[in-house]
Amino acid sequence: MKINRRQALGLSAGAAVFAAAGFRAAPAVADAAATEVAIKEFTGGIIPAEAGKLTLKTPEIAENGNTVPVSVSVESAMSGDDMVESIAILAEGNPNPGVVVFSFTPMSGAAAATTRMRLAKTQNVIAIAKMADGTFYMDKKEVKVTIGGCGG
Amino acid sequence: MRRGAWEGLPVRGKFAAIGAGVLVASALAFSAVQAEPVDETLSIDGVEMTTRAKAQEGLPFDEVLSGWLFREAETRQLEADSFENPGMLYVERGEEIWNTVEGPAGQSCASCHGDAAESMAGIAAHYPKWDADSQRPINIELRIDKCRVEHMGLEPYKFDSDDQKALTTYIKHQSLGEPVNLDLAEGDMQSWWERGKERYYLRTGQLNFACASCHEANSGLYIRADHLSQGQANGFPTYRLKQADMVSLHNRLRGCIRDTRAETPAAFSDELMALEVYLTWRGTGLSVETPAVRQ
Amino acid sequence: MATPRPRVKVPKTAAAGEVITIKTLISHDMESGQRKDSEGNTIPRKIINKFTCDFNGQTVFSCDIDPAISANPYFEFNAKVAESGTFKFTWVDDDGSVYEAEEKIEVK
Repeated sequence: MKINRRQALGLSAGAAVFAAAGFRAAPAVADAAATEVAIKEFTGGIIPAEAGKLTLKTPEIAENGNTVPVSVSVESAMSGDDMVESIAILAEGNPNPGVVVFSFTPMSGAAAATTRMRLAKTQNVIAIAKMADGTFYMDKKEVKVTIGGCGG
Repeated sequence: MRRGAWEGLPVRGKFAAIGAGVLVASALAFSAVQAEPVDETLSIDGVEMTTRAKAQEGLPFDEVLSGWLFREAETRQLEADSFENPGMLYVERGEEIWNTVEGPAGQSCASCHGDAAESMAGIAAHYPKWDADSQRPINIELRIDKCRVEHMGLEPYKFDSDDQKALTTYIKHQSLGEPVNLDLAEGDMQSWWERGKERYYLRTGQLNFACASCHEANSGLYIRADHLSQGQANGFPTYRLKQADMVSLHNRLRGCIRDTRAETPAAFSDELMALEVYLTWRGTGLSVETPAVRQ
Repeated sequence: MATPRPRVKVPKTAAAGEVITIKTLISHDMESGQRKDSEGNTIPRKIINKFTCDFNGQTVFSCDIDPAISANPYFEFNAKVAESGTFKFTWVDDDGSVYEAEEKIEVK
């Protein structure tokens, strides 16, 4: 996509301008309610407690929202009942909350994965782990997404 | 050119653009928060990079610093691991181009230059170089075009085409770790250096900024959330997280100049070639880091 | 880049039962379907929506991917290897294209 200077200037100011200029924010930004729906879809209706077994790692401040590293891990034997089936990552402030669902098998050896995600603005990132015994763990981190000075 | 996936969206029409302009202008105050560049060592696949070098005589600081030192830990890590660095995808694509026959002469880069790991080792650390034929300095992109036109029977690459960026990245990567060192005694390089220096300190645009306004006078401070580096050229083409793509030096220079709300000179124009000569010289002694990773 | 290019990093050798780390990267724009072009038309979504890693025909790890994954998607995960064999990596594009890579490992 070709972007001209006017658009580019606009880009660097981002959502603030948009709100100020009175345009409806499109695309609609997922909010806490939409995220709750997404969590319940993954868990079958439960909002898990935030327990220590699942660790979500994100930078406190992302230098650019287009490429934000994210890691998840759960301490697990990866066999029998102590087995992580999957981990979902959700982002509360994106157009849609879904980011990725990692699915593990006993051959995974460990319930850990790393990727890079897009964050539209400063927001909470949520990870939920689904265990083979039907229990869930959740962790949540706020990531501050900065607006640089250089529209570039 | 790729843009951030969600950034293209919200701005439509004049109203938003004007609003944005005002906001940008008012926000372009340098924050008084000073953050030291990190005191860390960059090793890429076990090869230590020189990210701090003694400044050339005439520069108003003791040390020249790689932009890597100004980035956050996560961004620094991306460059330090040659697998995690997405810029390496372009190095691989560049290698493919290097070995692919193209054009009526039936030649590839490799037909003449063989293995780039040998023939191109260290070469890009000395670019821009004087080109006697055109009587001006040329950079790697223009050197590639010269081969394409004179030896391969091809057109020059379109500026910032994927193949131009990939091949330039591949060739510069063969100098990874080599200290930047220009030969200003060649041809008329010295006068282009002078001209580049003038451009570096020339205030232009509605914001009345020179390169030096951000990258010399306020290096180390913040402009909005950007930690201002010294604006060195040693890591270009660089993988920029914002675009999630390779960004060439002339693309970034044009972006910087546009951000000061000035007329943007054309890529490879005399004005930007002179600036490239001077800017590259300012980073003398720093390792070539291509493909660097920046925000 | 025009054609997605996969890159994978797998250790050449491992001890039996060792948990190894695998890194994968593929060049892809990951067009989110949220952007508009200069005429205001929505640019259609085109992303890698599924990634799978198999070892000797059995699934090791997979993921279902939304447009919030960055361009040039990167995945790092683990695998427990009991025997020598071949890892097969598969990326599935919205347009139905499938990109593949393979890597062998020797278990000593």
